[in-house]
Amino acid sequence: MKKNSKLKILTNGIFRENPVLILLLGCCSVLAISVTVSGALGMGAAMTFVLVCSNVVISLLRKIIPDKIRIPCFIVVIATFVTLVQMVVQAFVPALYDALGIFLPLIVVNCIVLGRAEMFASKNGVLDSLLDGVGMGLGYTLVITCIAVVRELIGSGTLYGVRIIPEGYQIGIITQTPGGFFMFGAAMAVLIYCLGKKGRHFDPRIGCDGKCGNCSFNCENREDNLKLYENQAAMEAAAAADAEKEKEGNAV
Amino acid sequence: MSVMTTGVSPHIRSGRTTQSIMLDVIIALCPALIASVVIYGFRALLLTCISVAACVLLEFVWEKAMKKPVTIGDLSAVVTGMLLAFNVPVGMPIWELLVGDIAAIILVKMLFGGLGCNFMNPALVGRIVIMFSFTTDMTTYAVPRVAGAIVSGGVDAVSTATPLTMMDQLTWGNFTQLLLGAHGGVIGEVCAAALILGGIYLIIRKVIKPIIPLCYLGSLLLFSWLFGGVQPVLSLFAGGVLLGAIFMATDYVTSPFTNLGKVIFGCGCGFITAAIRVFGNYAEGVTFAILLMNILVPYINDLTMTKPLGGEASK
Repeated sequence: MKKNSKLKILTNGIFRENPVLILLLGCCSVLAISVTVSGALGMGAAMTFVLVCSNVVISLLRKIIPDKIRIPCFIVVIATFVTLVQMVVQAFVPALYDALGIFLPLIVVNCIVLGRAEMFASKNGVLDSLLDGVGMGLGYTLVITCIAVVRELIGSGTLYGVRIIPEGYQIGIITQTPGGFFMFGAAMAVLIYCLGKKGRHFDPRIGCDGKCGNCSFNCENREDNLKLYENQAAMEAAAAADAEKEKEGNAV
Repeated sequence: MSVMTTGVSPHIRSGRTTQSIMLDVIIALCPALIASVVIYGFRALLLTCISVAACVLLEFVWEKAMKKPVTIGDLSAVVTGMLLAFNVPVGMPIWELLVGDIAAIILVKMLFGGLGCNFMNPALVGRIVIMFSFTTDMTTYAVPRVAGAIVSGGVDAVSTATPLTMMDQLTWGNFTQLLLGAHGGVIGEVCAAALILGGIYLIIRKVIKPIIPLCYLGSLLLFSWLFGGVQPVLSLFAGGVLLGAIFMATDYVTSPFTNLGKVIFGCGCGFITAAIRVFGNYAEGVTFAILLMNILVPYINDLTMTKPLGGEASK
């Protein structure tokens, strides 16, 4: 049972809670870097390294980090590892460094890394956080590489730099920004379709914060929650009006 | 839950169906097609036929695969196919045109739920996909076959640039040339007279109201003049403006249904087209103008909702 739950933490990031396609985090780098397979693999590796290291360190420090300034603390930890990766890549793989450009240092503020620190590592033990980091990193790498394979093949006619489709038969738009969005949407549809096939239907309530006003999904709690909000809003408005009156009264 | 938005009552029952309207549009497009075949030769017809066949087939296959009712009988795919073919130069490789067909039918129309649910004009998105993918083929305009026969001794007639890209050299003497289409361009936009003929047919048959085309052309004229564009009057007959204003901006699904909305829509198209033509990098801005205004249509509809007599405006 115990073993199973560890495995679940690992696979969670790859399918059910895939950071890119289900949680919709870190889309920026996915859209920008998924033009070539080599760039995608490099980005995935860098991301996985940072995720694992920051998850472990933040998990170790979770009892020391004061709650009120936790985000700056997380950023400091993450930035340390990103700087490490950046220097290593620049020194040993300059071509990859050029290909990734601004998106490598931008891992510092990538929502996947920060999101996992906030949602998982700051609440769980070291081993669990490590597994979560590996799972999420693999999930990210898998998605970005899959998208990159399709985009590079259709858009540039090559695969990992090797020409597959002869020159002159490429659909240029696929390597441009719109193509990134098309492929991103297609990948999302495929994953949700596959989850549905397995009987594990996509649950839009992952990450539900109960704020139905911000959500378009019709779940069973929606009506009650919305009513609750209306009442709350009315009460708040009444309270605000009262406070205003009191103020005026004081002024007089 | 989607609520259908309509104009206020009374609603008159008429015998018109989507099919009969689309048939009228196809008939209205025919003069331009014939003119193009005369000007560019048989390949213009070939490209149009292939595009139409591809669009209809794609819609059929998609609906079969998704187990949905087959709607190719409403002829809207035929119109999309024709319009897309009208938007490419006659020398376009066939497979590149097919990429545009796939983008138009699958990406814009079927994925969003078929006719009536597409938020943009399918043919125009197809054109944009082709343009960004195959920029060289898209801007290589063929030399008109009969150019010399129609206009004698015109140097511009044998050039491969479109009138828009050489607007500054254009003089009123070339007006006939522009009107009859003896110049470089894409299949459908080339003969202004044929497009106007088609437009008049549509207006007489009450398929379209003249509001959008007139506002479009009027505002384009005004803004081109205000922005200091070259030859504002002549530029109305050059490029894809007539094709866009008459056949694409008036698409029922992607244009507002209130009269005031149509005015705003048409003027917006004219403004953006003029701005792109005068200030932008592209010689032509019709596609972007219409697509941008397409996106705004739901808001225009909401803002210009007419009030029922004696009632309160519905939200």
